Amino acid sequence: MKFYIALLVMGILTQNFVLSKFLGICPFLGVSKKLKTAVGMSAAVIFVMLLSTAVTFPLNSLLEANGLGYLQTIVFILVIAALVQIVEIVLKKYVKSLYNALGIYLPLITTNCAVLGVVILNIDNITGYAAQHYGFGHAMVNSFAAGAGFMLAMVIFAGVRSKLETADVPKGLKGLPITLVAASIVSLSFLGFAGLVEGLGLL
Amino acid sequence: MADTAKKPSLGHEFTKGILKENPVLRLVLGTCPTLATSTSVVNGVGMGIAATIVLVCSNIVISALRKVIPAKARIPAYIVVIASFVTMVQMLVKAFVPALDKSLGVFLPLIVVNCIILGRAEAFAGKNPVLASAADGLGMGVGFTAALFCMGTVREILGAGTFLSGIDTMIGSFVDLKGFTGFDFSAGLESAGLSPMTLFILPAGGFFVFGMLMALVNRLAEKNGKQKADLLGCEGCPHAAGCALRTEKEGEDA
Repeated sequence: MKFYIALLVMGILTQNFVLSKFLGICPFLGVSKKLKTAVGMSAAVIFVMLLSTAVTFPLNSLLEANGLGYLQTIVFILVIAALVQIVEIVLKKYVKSLYNALGIYLPLITTNCAVLGVVILNIDNITGYAAQHYGFGHAMVNSFAAGAGFMLAMVIFAGVRSKLETADVPKGLKGLPITLVAASIVSLSFLGFAGLVEGLGLL
Repeated sequence: MADTAKKPSLGHEFTKGILKENPVLRLVLGTCPTLATSTSVVNGVGMGIAATIVLVCSNIVISALRKVIPAKARIPAYIVVIASFVTMVQMLVKAFVPALDKSLGVFLPLIVVNCIILGRAEAFAGKNPVLASAADGLGMGVGFTAALFCMGTVREILGAGTFLSGIDTMIGSFVDLKGFTGFDFSAGLESAGLSPMTLFILPAGGFFVFGMLMALVNRLAEKNGKQKADLLGCEGCPHAAGCALRTEKEGEDA
């Protein structure tokens, strides 16, 4: 139980996917202009992360049992791409309301490095913290934490950017540069959580 | 992207990626690996070279197959080609430069989803002949590596007080470095009562250095009468054609 909580705290706060692992920077910078799109995009990311972990994690054991571990990268990216397509079709046909909310973000997610990143990290588990290998439950919780961390970063940053729009920014920094500097400060604030997992005695 | 009507020379295809259309600093693609792997020069350049190899090879194969791949299934086809080359590079790096494999970690397999590579396949290799595509890939790769080198230099010198540290673990087995292991200024700093600004090798410093570098590049571009690089994301994004977000955005603006 402790380890599950540790995974959640790590994924959302101390090792935030966007702000400390640099995964999913493109949507973080590109889709965070409005709160509504930021939330929609992150919800779609959480959904796809959970789904692709649920498929790739067992699939990896199958690959490794047959000595095909080296096909990991190819298989995973194809599984994610296919899943995203299937989800899009299914939602469009049967769950129209969810499709309207998430559908437009789905094609963007296929090559979102946060999704491929989380499924690979679940297998390789190179977090440095957790020495033990993840089981299926750990992998799912880790994926959810990664997605929730992505959402937190997106939502915070959408707020920062809405303030930034009205701010008087030096001419040379207007546009992308000041956005990156703002991201730097948000990332800096997350450094404050360092040591939280150890401090709470979760590991 | 490149206008093929005038049939630009191979040299032009190669050089445009380095300055005019630098993938990182002008097209704002591949930001994740740029930020994550530029903590040191050796690390960043290692990433750049690995991505360049994948980019050149995938550009060549995709360009050679451009008449065979059906337009509707092109993105999955491109992904398979790219993923195969990434797997090969991954194996080579693991076998010959294990130190690089360790320091790049998950970002080595993540070359698959590097927008630069899919972006070039979509914007260039899928429409142009093999040689031009190879030159384009090489130029973009060199541009990517150069951007990583700049970021890495600033971050390593300010953040760790070293330059080219760890070079022996990367190329030591191929080239005789005569005991050279990179420059280390930290001892000199310490004797002056200073210590390196660790912040710069932390994620926050990565965003900051990238922001400053973008500001500098935008300034230079403006001086030369070029457009500022901005989050044009959608234009450079390989999904632009099938992405509904773009139409939604345009609808909101209207």
